[in-house]
Amino acid sequence: MHELAVSLALIDEAERVARAHGARRIAHLRVLIGPLSGVDGEQLARSYTIARAGTLTAEATLEWSATPIAVRCEQCGATSEVGAQRLLCRACGSWQTRVVSGAELTLQSVELVDATH
Amino acid sequence: MCETCGCGVTAQAPATTHTISVMRDILEQNVHQASHNRAHFDAHGVLAVNLMSAPGSGKTALLERTIDELAGRFRCAVIEGDLETDNDARRIRRHGVPAIQITTGSTCHLDAAMVHEALHRLPLEGLDVLFVENVGNLVCPASFALGTHADVALVSVPEGDDKPAKYPVMFRGAALVLVSKADLLPIFEEFSVASVTEQVRALANPAPVLAVSSKTGLGIGAWTGWLAEEVATRRAHRRGVAGPAVADATALAELP
Repeated sequence: MHELAVSLALIDEAERVARAHGARRIAHLRVLIGPLSGVDGEQLARSYTIARAGTLTAEATLEWSATPIAVRCEQCGATSEVGAQRLLCRACGSWQTRVVSGAELTLQSVELVDATH
Repeated sequence: MCETCGCGVTAQAPATTHTISVMRDILEQNVHQASHNRAHFDAHGVLAVNLMSAPGSGKTALLERTIDELAGRFRCAVIEGDLETDNDARRIRRHGVPAIQITTGSTCHLDAAMVHEALHRLPLEGLDVLFVENVGNLVCPASFALGTHADVALVSVPEGDDKPAKYPVMFRGAALVLVSKADLLPIFEEFSVASVTEQVRALANPAPVLAVSSKTGLGIGAWTGWLAEEVATRRAHRRGVAGPAVADATALAELP
C-alpha cells in the first residue's frame, strides 16, 4: 500500500543526510513507527528492500521499532498508555487527551560509511 | 609500503562508519509541501476541505448536492483524486464549477505535491471553498497531509457503524464526521449514529457527527452550515491578525 511511498521518502531523507556528510554509502537506518502513524512496520521493511536498489541505501539494513501509544489528559494531567481504538485517559476517563507518543514516523539515525565531514 | 612483508601493495584502510542522529519526520518533504499549499489557500482566502472515505461512500454525490446548495453563496472548486478515469471531475463540472482530476495510477492516496500541481490549474483568486476529494480509501490518505484546513471523513450507512474503531488513524484526525446515505437508516436498523459518535469520542476527537443524505437533503443544511462557519473562521483569521497576508506572501516567495 502506501508503505512504498513512505520507503521512498525514507530513502530520500537518508540520502540527504549522507550527502550532507559526504558519505559514500549508508550501512544502517533506524526508524521509529507509532501505530497511529498509519504505517505498518513489517510492510515498510518489505517495501524498503525493493525501494533501496540503486540508491546510497542499497546495502543499508533497516531497523524499526514500534513506539507505545500514550496520551496526556487535559483534565487531570495523567499520562496513560492506551490502545489505538481508545485514546481516553485511564485515570479519569476523559476524552480530552493529547497523544504524546504513538504517532511518530521518524528517521532516528543513519550509519554512514566513510563520511568526510 | 606494506609493513608486514615490504611489498608495494598498500592495504586499503577499513571503512569507517559514523552514526548520525537525525530524528526527522520521514514524510518531512510532504509536510513541507503541505504547508506551502496551505500558504496558497490562505493567501487567497480559500477554505480547503479534504474529503476522505471508503470507495462508494458517496463523496462525489455529496459534493454535487453541496455545490448546488452553495450556488450563489460561495464559489466552489473541486480537486478529484482517483486511481483511474475522470468520471468524477466530469460529474462535478456539470454543476458549473471547475474541477481538476488527478489520476494517481497505482497510488492509493493523494499527496501534497499532487494537490500543489492541481491547485495551480485552478483560479484560486475567485474561490471561497476548495474541496479535495481524496482517493477512496480509509487507510493510506490518513498519513499524507495536503495542507487543507479540515479533514472530513464519511462513513455511509451500508458500510456499517464500526468504521471509526477500525480506522482510528483516519477518524481521530477528522474535523467533521458525516454519516452519508442516511436515507437508508430505516432499512439498516442495526446502524447506530450514536455508536459512531461514541467511537469518535473514544479516539479523543470532539468532531461533530452529522447524518446526511445527498438524495433526500437530510442534514445537508447542517453540513453547509458547518462549511459556512469554517469559511467565516478563515476570513476572520485572515482579517484578525494584521500579519498573515504578509507572512503568507513571504512563505510563498520562499518556497518553490
